[in-house]
Amino acid sequence: MSDLSSINTSERKQAQRPVSLFRNLSAKIASIPMILTALVVFVGGTAWTVVHSFTSSKLLPKTNFVGFEQYERLWTTRRWLVSLENLALYGILSLVFTLVIGFTLAALLDRKIRGENVFRTIFLYPFALSFIVTGLAWQWILNPDLGIQHVVRSLGWESFTFNPLNDPDIVMYGILIAGLWQGTGLIMVIMLAGLRGIDEDIWKAARVDGIGTVKTYVVVIIPMMRPVFVTALVLIASGIIKLYDLVVALTNGGPGIASEVPAKYVIQYMFRAQNLGQGFAASTMMLVSVAIILIPWAYLEFGGRKRG
Amino acid sequence: MNRLAKIMAGTFLAGAGAAHAADLEVTHWWTSGGEAAAVSEFAKAFTENTDHNWVDGAIAGSGGTARPIIISRIIGGDPMGATQLNHGRQAEELIEAGLLTDLTELAEKEGWKDVVNPSSLLDACTYEGRIYCVPVNIHSWQWIWLSHDAYETAGLDVPADWNEFVASAPKLQEAGIVPLAMGQQSWQQNGAFGVLAIAIAGVDAWRKVVVDRDADAAMGPEYQKVFEAIVTARELAADSNVQDWNQATNMVITGKAGAQIMGDWAQGEFQIAEQVAGEDYTCLPGLGINEILDTGGDAFYFPVIDDPAVQEAQMALASTLISPDVQVAFNLKKGSLPVRGDVDLSAANDCMQKGLDILKAGGILPSGEMNLTPDTQTQIEDLMAEFWSTDMSAGDAQERYADIIRSSE
Amino acid sequence: MVDLTSSRSLDGPRGPKPKRSFSRANIFLYGTLIVVSVYYLLPLYVMVVTSLKGMPEIRTGNIFSPPLEITFQPWVKAWAQACTGINCDGLSRGFGNSVKILIPSVVLSIAIASINGYALARWRFKGSEVFFSILIVGAFIPYQTMLYPLVIILREIGLMGDLGGLVLVHTIFGMPILTLLFRNYFASIPEDLHKAARVDGAGFWSIYFRIMLPMSLPIFVVAIILQVTGIWNDFLFGVIYTKPETYPMTVQLNNIVNSVQGVKEYNVNMAATLLTGLVPLIIYFVSGKLFVRGIAAGAVKG
Repeated sequence: MSDLSSINTSERKQAQRPVSLFRNLSAKIASIPMILTALVVFVGGTAWTVVHSFTSSKLLPKTNFVGFEQYERLWTTRRWLVSLENLALYGILSLVFTLVIGFTLAALLDRKIRGENVFRTIFLYPFALSFIVTGLAWQWILNPDLGIQHVVRSLGWESFTFNPLNDPDIVMYGILIAGLWQGTGLIMVIMLAGLRGIDEDIWKAARVDGIGTVKTYVVVIIPMMRPVFVTALVLIASGIIKLYDLVVALTNGGPGIASEVPAKYVIQYMFRAQNLGQGFAASTMMLVSVAIILIPWAYLEFGGRKRG
Repeated sequence: MNRLAKIMAGTFLAGAGAAHAADLEVTHWWTSGGEAAAVSEFAKAFTENTDHNWVDGAIAGSGGTARPIIISRIIGGDPMGATQLNHGRQAEELIEAGLLTDLTELAEKEGWKDVVNPSSLLDACTYEGRIYCVPVNIHSWQWIWLSHDAYETAGLDVPADWNEFVASAPKLQEAGIVPLAMGQQSWQQNGAFGVLAIAIAGVDAWRKVVVDRDADAAMGPEYQKVFEAIVTARELAADSNVQDWNQATNMVITGKAGAQIMGDWAQGEFQIAEQVAGEDYTCLPGLGINEILDTGGDAFYFPVIDDPAVQEAQMALASTLISPDVQVAFNLKKGSLPVRGDVDLSAANDCMQKGLDILKAGGILPSGEMNLTPDTQTQIEDLMAEFWSTDMSAGDAQERYADIIRSSE
Repeated sequence: MVDLTSSRSLDGPRGPKPKRSFSRANIFLYGTLIVVSVYYLLPLYVMVVTSLKGMPEIRTGNIFSPPLEITFQPWVKAWAQACTGINCDGLSRGFGNSVKILIPSVVLSIAIASINGYALARWRFKGSEVFFSILIVGAFIPYQTMLYPLVIILREIGLMGDLGGLVLVHTIFGMPILTLLFRNYFASIPEDLHKAARVDGAGFWSIYFRIMLPMSLPIFVVAIILQVTGIWNDFLFGVIYTKPETYPMTVQLNNIVNSVQGVKEYNVNMAATLLTGLVPLIIYFVSGKLFVRGIAAGAVKG
């Protein structure tokens, strides 16, 4: 047990460094691409988007300002409100399930099993395939006349009903089934990389102390993998916010508008409806909500420790 | 090697002050087998009849996929030589910004005004009196496709119009057949709405609403019937669990469904399945009620490029696209109708002939796309998506539709 | 303390060792993995089976039933004959272009992000966390909304329509997640190592190349998986920032699969998707070896 605590403290410690322009000069030079990307592309591009969200730009970006008109329209549009609701439901479920499934699979694969490479590739392959067509495969599998319902019924269970993509009440769960299929593999790999980074001595120490396997994972390993979980969390959450291809491939927002999501609203209003102002207003709202949640957290997670 | 040789030859010729051969990059979204065969006719004619080369830039997926790419290339200052776009109001801003080439001179020289039929096609290319695009074909939405197989199973005669079809629906359901096949995508639901509107409300009411954007007409009794018809239709389509339009067409082909409302491109599916019009399926223009077709279709635009050789190639392509032989060759392969009234199309099949006869008789409407902005269309699509797949009442849907028409530009 | 397997286990999985091969725990373990595998493999099965059927069979048949008559024609067609516009030579046309885009984009984006992550984990300077936080927020922006600002930026620096511009775009959009990945991994490497090297007089670059890189195989594998997949499957940027002669393979895939009008050949679509996915799949499988060899902190600590 003494082993464990010493590693933990040494990790938490962070050296104080004096600040001056020429200290860490190499590090600063090496960071120039990052600084330019952050300032020019992300800050600059976002500012450009926000400014144009106050205009009546249609096909081309223009600066004919109309105040908050786009936002007023946005918040009275049913499709936008439904999109937000769907995102919240899908987001929470997807976050929890992806983390749990991803970690569990990684832990199972980390137990010196035979055929690790085969299993890992099986869990990861969905990530490699373009969703345009894997979406179609899922559409068929979930289709009541072709897929699972059809098979179960033909086996004799006549009243079996499984029609997630055409039922407005459960369509988001249908999308979740395909979303987890595509996304959990990558999280599993990240978790696995994290587990491989854990010192063998930790397991030995836990065994000496007589801690059970599951308890060791929960009490010792997971807290040590905090940075890995942070990475996974950002990856999953950003994927959820950007959720678009999956919905287009599976339901295209249907039935009706029951599976619409915000990113789809943004993209369709920018390019299909040729109402850039409306699309930018929606994307600004998305960005503002992300920033409100993320910036305090990012500050605590990445910046705060320096002073700690 | 080949390209190098061409470039060297080009430089040499240009130096000698002879013909200006150019590679013209052409963007379009015709990529399926039949479409590709059709567009090859353009490419072949262009390469054979002029000094220039067609460089193919196909990008499938019209609205959402190809458009952002086309617009990005144009505003990025690195445009293609020519590009397909749906005609109508989509290109207005690019014209205003001076990014598209004015074709008026060529059009006047070749007398497009006299040969393009219906003339509304050319109107859709015209902005403040100048012509900016070349219409190449006509597609119409106003068709219903009926399965002989399904009606045989149900022991019924194939209906001759929409009302007979609705009356036959209970018998079809008894026989385990879905009366109406419907893909669960908003553009299909909105398309069916447009078809029902023209068939049921009639052309005058439609014109008031879509062309004059008269919200009171949209609230009127004619349109009330349209919204009620959709309530009926959505009940008939309740068991249609497919997404893609051609999956829905396939239900008609296999006799799982009685009928589908879909544009004339559906006949490609029947052809591939080796079905014969009149024997295996029936097509009814205007739902058999109101034999009128809209005249949507495709057109080509030419971004402004500051290079005389390319400009020359652009004009040569514009002229090729609309020439009589090319029109016939292209449209026979595409399954659409030619934009010229003066060409011979005896090789067309039954359904295409019906369409041609209606065009000749003047039963034509400009497509809704030429009148409503994409923004308004998207709002209507959203409404239709909701209306078709929830239990929204006809009255509510009509009110919301009228609101959209009222606030449209 | 030292048992016979310990020297081997340093290179392999780090989890607790399962007991005997037929223990209850083992049956549970493999049972779970196999059941879960079925969920992951079902769509693949449907796609493979469909890609081996003819169109009439697809129209009438069951999606799960194996093909009555196996045909490889859809695969041949997808690779060499399918029309993507007037060119009817299938996916083969874009394969080389995709490789030409993939290699520089993957190398540059990972190189820059790993250096970012290393600087952020070990060589912080004033403001570095601010830039990093901006990047993280940037990871949440749907990239389609950045399309026009990016087009304007590239137009201004003259990289529009250029392979360099495309590589730059991939580097930019890969940066947030990759930087986070590397930063967090490097932060978890014991600081003592870094300190010891500094005492010995090693600087920024020599610590990066001599200490950090050799210890980071697993995370480089993750980064490669992420970037190869993302860049190989990218369609939007690939088509905007190239010309028809240099279109990547995804443009052909999109053209085969996404035709709006006309007949959908599901068997060819499935074959085309599987063919396009082959490159990332091969990389996943090969990279597995690196995973197993992955040297963790403990191995070096000694």
